Amino acid sequence: MNSAYEKYFRQDRLPHIWCPGCGNGIVLSAFARAMEELNIDQDKTVVVSGIGCSSRATTYVDFNTLHTTHGRALAFATGVKLANPELNVFVFMGDGDSSAIGGNHLIHASRRNIDITAIIIDNNIYGMTGGQYSPLTPTGKKATTAPYGMVERNFDLCELVKGAGATFVARGTVYHAKQLTDLIVAGAKNKGFSVIEAVSQCPISYGRRNKMKNALEMINWQKEHAVNVKAAQKMNPEQLKDKFLIGELYRAEAPEYTAEYDKLIERVQKGGK
Amino acid sequence: MKKYQVKVNEKRCKACGICIGLCPKEVFGEDYLGKAVVKDDGKCTGCKICELHCPDYCVEVGETA
Repeated sequence: MNSAYEKYFRQDRLPHIWCPGCGNGIVLSAFARAMEELNIDQDKTVVVSGIGCSSRATTYVDFNTLHTTHGRALAFATGVKLANPELNVFVFMGDGDSSAIGGNHLIHASRRNIDITAIIIDNNIYGMTGGQYSPLTPTGKKATTAPYGMVERNFDLCELVKGAGATFVARGTVYHAKQLTDLIVAGAKNKGFSVIEAVSQCPISYGRRNKMKNALEMINWQKEHAVNVKAAQKMNPEQLKDKFLIGELYRAEAPEYTAEYDKLIERVQKGGK
Repeated sequence: MKKYQVKVNEKRCKACGICIGLCPKEVFGEDYLGKAVVKDDGKCTGCKICELHCPDYCVEVGETA
C-alpha cells in the first residue's frame, strides 16, 4: 500500500463500505496524498463531515474527526476553527449535503471567509438514500424522484461560492486525480474559505439510470468533458458546449474571519469600543 | 529502462474494473469474479494510473531494480 495511505487511513476500518467503482474512494486517496505533500500534523488537523456517502470519509481517515448532522458540517467546522484557530480544518460534503440541506451554511461560511477547506464530492445524486435528485443533478438526467428526467436547472456550485465570497474556488475530477491532489494542497494553503468541487461518479444510483453502465464509462465521460481552465481560454463557445471547466477557477484576497475575530477580542480587552 | 512490479490485494478488490480499463498497456486481466489480476507487469511503464484511480487502495506499483 502507498505510504500516504498507510499513514493517513485507519487500517482497521478498511475496506470501506462504498460501492464498487465509487469515486469517493478516489477522492479520499487524493486527499491522503495531499496531506502527505503538506506533511501535515495529524494531531493539529480536524476533518469534519455531514451525512451521506461522501461523509463516510471521516470514518476512514486518521485525524481528529467529527461526523455531524446532515448539511451542518460547516457549522460544526466553524465552531472548531473559532475555538482553536491553530487547527487545520477540512470538511467533506456531498453535493446534496452542501447545496441543499446545508446550502445556507455553505454561503455563510463563504461570506465569512473562515479558514476552512471544504471538499465537495459531486456525484450528481443522493446516493445513500437510493438515488433522489439533488440540486446538482443536471437538467434532463434521471433519478428515482425524476423518472422522466430532471426538469429543474442545476446549480453551478463554484459560481455560487464565488459569488458568496469564498477566496479559493477550484474544480477537479476523479479522472484527473493528480490535479485534484494539487488543488487540495493549494486550497489548504489558502488563508480563507477554500472550496474544491470534486466531480465524482456514482455508478449504482446515477450511472445505471443514465445510460452509463459502469464506473469506467463514467470516468471516461469526465475525461472527455472536462476542460482545463487555461485550455478553455483558447477555445470558442462552440467547442466548449457540453464541457465543464476544471482547475483553479478563482482566487481572491479578503480578511479572514478568525483573524478578524482575534483582533476584535484584543481591541475589546484593551477597553476599546 | 526501469522495471515495475504491480501488486493487487485481491481481498480488497471489489471488481469495479477501473484499473483494467484505464491501463494503457493491458497489464491487468480479470479472474472469474471480475476482480483484477496482474497478467503481465513486464509491460508496465509506471504511469500509476491504476494506483491513483483504485477506489479501494488495492493496486500498488513499485519499482524493481
